[in-house]
Amino acid sequence: MAEKPKVAFYWCASCGGCEEAVVDLAEDILTVVEAVDIVFWPVAMDFKRSDVEAMKDGEILATFINGAVRLSEQEDMVKLLRRKSKLVIAFGACAHLGGVPGLANAQTKEKIIDYYYHTGPIVENPEKIVPDPKFAEKQGFELPEFYEDVRALDQVIDVDYYIPGCAPTPPVVKNAVLTLLSGKLPPKGAVLASDKALCNECPLNESKPDEGIKIEGFKRYYEPEKVDPEKCLLLQGLPCLGPVTRGGCDALCIKANMPCTGCFGPLDGVKDYGAAALSFMASVIDSNDEEEIKEILEKGIPDPMGLFYMYSLPKSLLFRKLYIKEEK
Amino acid sequence: MDKNFEPKIVGIFCNWCTYAAADLAGVSRMQYAPTLRIVRVMCSGRIHPEFILWAFKNGADGVLIGGCHPGDCHYIEGNYKTLRRYHLLKKLVKQFGIEEERLRLEWISASEADKLVKVTNEFTETLKKLGPLSLREKLPEYAKKEV
Ligand code: FES
Repeated sequence: MAEKPKVAFYWCASCGGCEEAVVDLAEDILTVVEAVDIVFWPVAMDFKRSDVEAMKDGEILATFINGAVRLSEQEDMVKLLRRKSKLVIAFGACAHLGGVPGLANAQTKEKIIDYYYHTGPIVENPEKIVPDPKFAEKQGFELPEFYEDVRALDQVIDVDYYIPGCAPTPPVVKNAVLTLLSGKLPPKGAVLASDKALCNECPLNESKPDEGIKIEGFKRYYEPEKVDPEKCLLLQGLPCLGPVTRGGCDALCIKANMPCTGCFGPLDGVKDYGAAALSFMASVIDSNDEEEIKEILEKGIPDPMGLFYMYSLPKSLLFRKLYIKEEK
Repeated sequence: MDKNFEPKIVGIFCNWCTYAAADLAGVSRMQYAPTLRIVRVMCSGRIHPEFILWAFKNGADGVLIGGCHPGDCHYIEGNYKTLRRYHLLKKLVKQFGIEEERLRLEWISASEADKLVKVTNEFTETLKKLGPLSLREKLPEYAKKEV
């Protein structure tokens, strides 16, 4: 019997939701397991780093990596897996675009450490202990380094394909895996999902008026009882990012009365997802009066970076908030 | 502060008004700060926020958007969209740590060459006070790739 192709899974800075997404394949996972040999999967199986090290370069057919990269350990592992794998697939929004952990690029490393170890409201740390790789070394063990920035996977290693989503939905995962196993590989760098905007598959698309969308102001998410489930959410003033976001998720959030927050990321050809989202969101405002526009934006979009770059700050043109001198 | 610092301004002007004003300033031999690099677009509504972020990333110290006066846009609505994007974008660049004064919007009609001159000179002064942005140099190597 010919050997089954080898497959590995790994996680970096992620919430674990992407691991669930694999398990969410339900029965379909059996088809996958039948077709491949899983050689490394820390969340579910007992293989160690040394097992990976013992493999030949390129021995693994495909490695699926989820999560962004912030620690030296993560960088180390993904570089090792890159060497051992023919294909590396960035799995989920964090590996693809930086994801929610990528929002940490809106802060400096020092501020983050300070908040989580000293000033945060639930922190009690009278001895002011912080993780210190040098101290750990003296005790005879190793602590990974906490880097300055969060990076998406392709800012660390070469990535062959991307599977989008926070987390990727089972049909997207299934299709992507089947495509890879079929041997008919798409061009390198492809995002393995639809290349049409979410609106295209949205059940509320029909309720959009022909003359386009105009809204008088934005509502915040916390008033779900005021949402009409039959009508385009954007038209009702909810800042839905469907028009600029890649589809393929079956509009799951929309079906639950939640506007799209953009986890599938930009469509092909868009350099900066947030800029595209901002451009369209500003254009639907129904006002030509400067003062009124300012007021609508002040009330409705208090945090443009958080709204438009919720999943893609590290992959934005500007990458992170600048370290500015005034902060001294 | 470096006294000899000459800011780089990227001016993105609409074909029908501000670009024509720059043309007029030129043929009338008006003198103004040599800090402006002009990009012509058909309408200020064509200016994707991406262009502006890209300019900041790749060496601009300031970006000047020029369009027709409200009500005068050749394509009726374009400059109103610009106006809305501009205010949202100002909030965004501030969050990125870029001083919002580095982004400026002006309505300059085809006959207002003098206004173009005044705005360019003023903007140059503002940017001289702020100093160079040098955003690219401040980014780590792996972030420079996203062109
Ligand atoms: S044509 Fe000048 S702003 Fe639209």
